[in-house]
Amino acid sequence: MQVPTIGVLALQGAFQSHQQRLAELGAPTRQIRTPADLVGIDALVMPGGESTTMSKLLVTSGLFEPIAARIVDGMPVFGTCAGMILLATEVLDGRPDQLSFGAIDITVQRNGYGRQLDSFETEISMPAFGDDAAPFHGVFIRAPKVVRLGVGVEVLAEHDGVPVILRQRAITVASFHPELANDHRLHAQFLNSFTRIPSHAETS
Amino acid sequence: MSDQVSITGSFPVKRGLAEMLKGGVIMDVVTPEQAKIAEDAGACAVMALERVPADIRRDGGVSRMSDPEMIEGIQAAVSIPVMAKARIGHFVEAQVLEALGVDFVDESEVLTPADEAHHIDKYKFAVPFVCGATNLGEALRRISEGAALIRSKGEAGTGNVVEAVRHLRSIMGDIRKIGQADSAELFQWAKQLQAPLPLVQEIAETGKLPVPVFCAGGLATPADAALAMQLGAEAVFVGSGIFKSDEPARRAAAIVEATTHFNDASILAKVSRGLGAPMTGIGMDEINQRYAERGW
Repeated sequence: MQVPTIGVLALQGAFQSHQQRLAELGAPTRQIRTPADLVGIDALVMPGGESTTMSKLLVTSGLFEPIAARIVDGMPVFGTCAGMILLATEVLDGRPDQLSFGAIDITVQRNGYGRQLDSFETEISMPAFGDDAAPFHGVFIRAPKVVRLGVGVEVLAEHDGVPVILRQRAITVASFHPELANDHRLHAQFLNSFTRIPSHAETS
Repeated sequence: MSDQVSITGSFPVKRGLAEMLKGGVIMDVVTPEQAKIAEDAGACAVMALERVPADIRRDGGVSRMSDPEMIEGIQAAVSIPVMAKARIGHFVEAQVLEALGVDFVDESEVLTPADEAHHIDKYKFAVPFVCGATNLGEALRRISEGAALIRSKGEAGTGNVVEAVRHLRSIMGDIRKIGQADSAELFQWAKQLQAPLPLVQEIAETGKLPVPVFCAGGLATPADAALAMQLGAEAVFVGSGIFKSDEPARRAAAIVEATTHFNDASILAKVSRGLGAPMTGIGMDEINQRYAERGW
């Protein structure tokens, strides 16, 4: 298998931080702004940002339908914060016209942790990476809160008893911003989920 | 289970929100109705203020922080982040805005300065601050005071993009030059810019500022927004340009699309069509007060 190309949804938000993390792992990335950009990508990252803005731009750019079709086909997607909102089946406190892909069976409450003054950073235990795994530094910015879990959704990490990293089939989501941490483990895990090519980080 | 310590109001948390606004449009609004129009159009945040800069310029007088009632009305009307302006150096206005729970404070030259020597010590606050800058030295002084986001100042309320371009080019150009400087030259750069040496050294190492750089002041069209983005801005503020135009909702949506697709001229051509008249705008030789000169 060739080295996969990871699309990074580049309509708005912190997409460049995701590209930087993936580049550090040796994975080529491509910014996705139009349907033509989707051709030939193997997986997609939906970054943090403003979910209502991205929802509008998914429509005006014509990206919503083709991305939805690729998700149905099993394309792996990693969504953080706003990206998690876009992938959830149900969104509370969103705009009535806000679109989501319904790709992971969870209900999220937008800004469920509060406004910016309630935004926080913390260390998240990572049992999914083994008992002795170092915690992951999580930056939560006006973060969405998971308030319901569907059947078949796997919880990979929690903060104060609330799931913050989840997975269902090819979809992985985090309510915080791993792209802002100097820690590649979640991006590496995402890459490894669909390719067995060892990343630079693993070989070095 | 609460063995995990959570820290609020730290610099990474403040800068984190600035990171999330990248690629977006922050729109000036003066009423909850305008805030709804901005959110409907896809704004990534709104700036709540009493009068848009074009009206401040026309009316004159002292311009201050907005009425808290108006800010609360806007917070209730939208779900996207709400920013509000405090006067330069007026740390009590900033305290009030923080108490209101705004998401970002703009220590802004558009309001009448409260202190002609000192800016706010922004490290004392949990709320993040954005500050304007006309050049790299000014940007670094604001960052050293704790600003989590820099916007090039431009000249607010003019509908004229020329000053925004000047300030953005000055900031980005000097960042590029510092990237080429050797270690001895960095001392001279710090002296010349009147900026802390460690920040200059950081730019030399990383090739960028330690916080995002957005563009503000005079943007009035989708092409203006794309111009700022192509010059290196990471997001744009649009003030009078939207609600002083003929069709605010359509223009706002077009500017949002142009900011995303800033490198795609065919999309820019499409979204620039039929937007009605932009704000009239004024030339730099016609104005008697340059807001960009406020700040030290």
